[in-house]
Amino acid sequence: MVKIEAVLQPSKLDAVKDALLEAGIEGMTILEARGHGRQKGHTEFYRGREYTVDLLPKVKIELVVHDEMKEKAVQAIIGAARTGRIGDGKIFVSPVSEAIRIRNDERGETAL
Amino acid sequence: MYRRSKLLLLAIFLGVPAMAPAQAPAATAASQAPATQAQIAALQQAVQQAQSAGDNAWMLVSAALVLLMTGPGLALFYGGLVRRKNILGTMMQSFAMMGLVTVIWAIAGYSLAFGHGNWFIGGFEHVFLRGVGLTPNPDYAATIPEQTYMVYQLMFAIITPALITGAFAERMKFSAMAVFLGLWSLLVYSPMAHMVWGVGGLLNASGGHFPSLDFAGGTVVHVTSGVSALVTCIYLGKRVGYPHNNFPPHSMVLSFIGACLLWVGWFGFNAGSALGASSLATSAFVNTHFAAAAAALGWTVAEWIHNGKPTALGAISGAVAGLVAITPASGFVQPFSALLIGLVAGIFCSFMVFAVKSRLGYDDSLDAFGVHGAGGTLGALLTGLFAASVINPIFKDAAGNALPSGAIDGHWGQLLNQGAGVGIAWVLSIAGTLVLLFAVDKAIGLRVSPEHESEGLDLSQHGEEGYDLNS
Repeated sequence: MVKIEAVLQPSKLDAVKDALLEAGIEGMTILEARGHGRQKGHTEFYRGREYTVDLLPKVKIELVVHDEMKEKAVQAIIGAARTGRIGDGKIFVSPVSEAIRIRNDERGETAL
Repeated sequence: MYRRSKLLLLAIFLGVPAMAPAQAPAATAASQAPATQAQIAALQQAVQQAQSAGDNAWMLVSAALVLLMTGPGLALFYGGLVRRKNILGTMMQSFAMMGLVTVIWAIAGYSLAFGHGNWFIGGFEHVFLRGVGLTPNPDYAATIPEQTYMVYQLMFAIITPALITGAFAERMKFSAMAVFLGLWSLLVYSPMAHMVWGVGGLLNASGGHFPSLDFAGGTVVHVTSGVSALVTCIYLGKRVGYPHNNFPPHSMVLSFIGACLLWVGWFGFNAGSALGASSLATSAFVNTHFAAAAAALGWTVAEWIHNGKPTALGAISGAVAGLVAITPASGFVQPFSALLIGLVAGIFCSFMVFAVKSRLGYDDSLDAFGVHGAGGTLGALLTGLFAASVINPIFKDAAGNALPSGAIDGHWGQLLNQGAGVGIAWVLSIAGTLVLLFAVDKAIGLRVSPEHESEGLDLSQHGEEGYDLNS
């Protein structure tokens, strides 16, 4: 099992969700986040002074999938989220040691 | 036939005066029936009651409008401008004034402001509102119950200290704020109100030594609160992290709503200061609205040129600046003077906030001085320029003829009187505020600890959170 974490532009959330559903992945967790990579922030005005807001709103998707599904999921995310510009986001993949279904204590890959 | 018509004409000429007793009751009293006399007296009383009913209705509505300016107008306006962790603390400061100043006013504030005393302060004849009943007090407003007048003035006494809270936002202890502002209301507000509006006051337009034109409180409310705000924010010091960190408003939406409530409420503040449902109230109403609109445009355009974008905060601040500036002038100037006053105030106050504040480095968090102190001072002086006796013949000679009001009428000396009023407001505010700050600071300490400031006033002062979006 692997965990896929994707930090995305908030405007791409719907497209990515649809793409994952189409790829056969139904379970995911969505978090609202703030952050930046190399993307610069935007400027706002307060009382005549210009200041930079560099913690930008982001969306983070977390999913845990079977090893065989990993590449399909990653491609679905990239296909839906890529614009080619700085700020598209990043995907991280890490191994998961245990998965448990709370309802009936199922463990392992069947719990996904 | 000609002779008959001449006789007819003669009969008419002689008959008509005898048939019109209502036009000359004194001259023909002996020839009238008592029933007609009684009828006339009843009619006169009914007319008077109708006048009072109209005046009292408008005054009670005005009082409600002015209270609306504090809660929730000012509470929202200021609340939206602070960081989220301080929203309740900020709103509590305005709300606390609604409760505290009411009690202080009832006990002593009204008497000290409007009782008979000397040129500087009133007396104690009305402590605990003794003698303040439902009959009019002809010294102030002859057609409304004195309690209406008292409660109307109370709403002004409430909002004035509430305005000061903008300068020390996000860093003052709730307890210290309550003590400081409660005492300020007695030591600075009541004397200033007495000097400008009280019988025998130094600056009273009717009979004062320096007759100052302040229709609804440019000096009494805005200069005192604005200057006291400046003193307080300098004494207290800057917020932790200012000016290196920017603290943008957490909710411009709340501030926007608050500003609109202030605009509408200001009709009660200014037009209600006519103390009746008169054409003077109409003048003040129109001037108030015109000044707000022109000032909003002025600040917006100034900011657009200066920064490249017109901000919502600039637009609403502009409107408030115009409302402040027109406050002393509202019942004295012509509509297009009001537009000009508003326009100048919008541009001037924007400059005070953009350029002067950052250059001088004081942390007037919500621009209480920049808008109220500076706008009030400007408005008071412009009143001396634009006051026109055709709108309000406030100065009269011994025969009751109207004298020139302001410079526009040729009375340039009025500018000096306005200057006196402004100067006294500045001095009283600085002195009174410093004394109180020093005393309260020594007694219980004014500023929250850095940890509490970082945690936020909502939690540290009130054990609450303004928003619990997860519940």
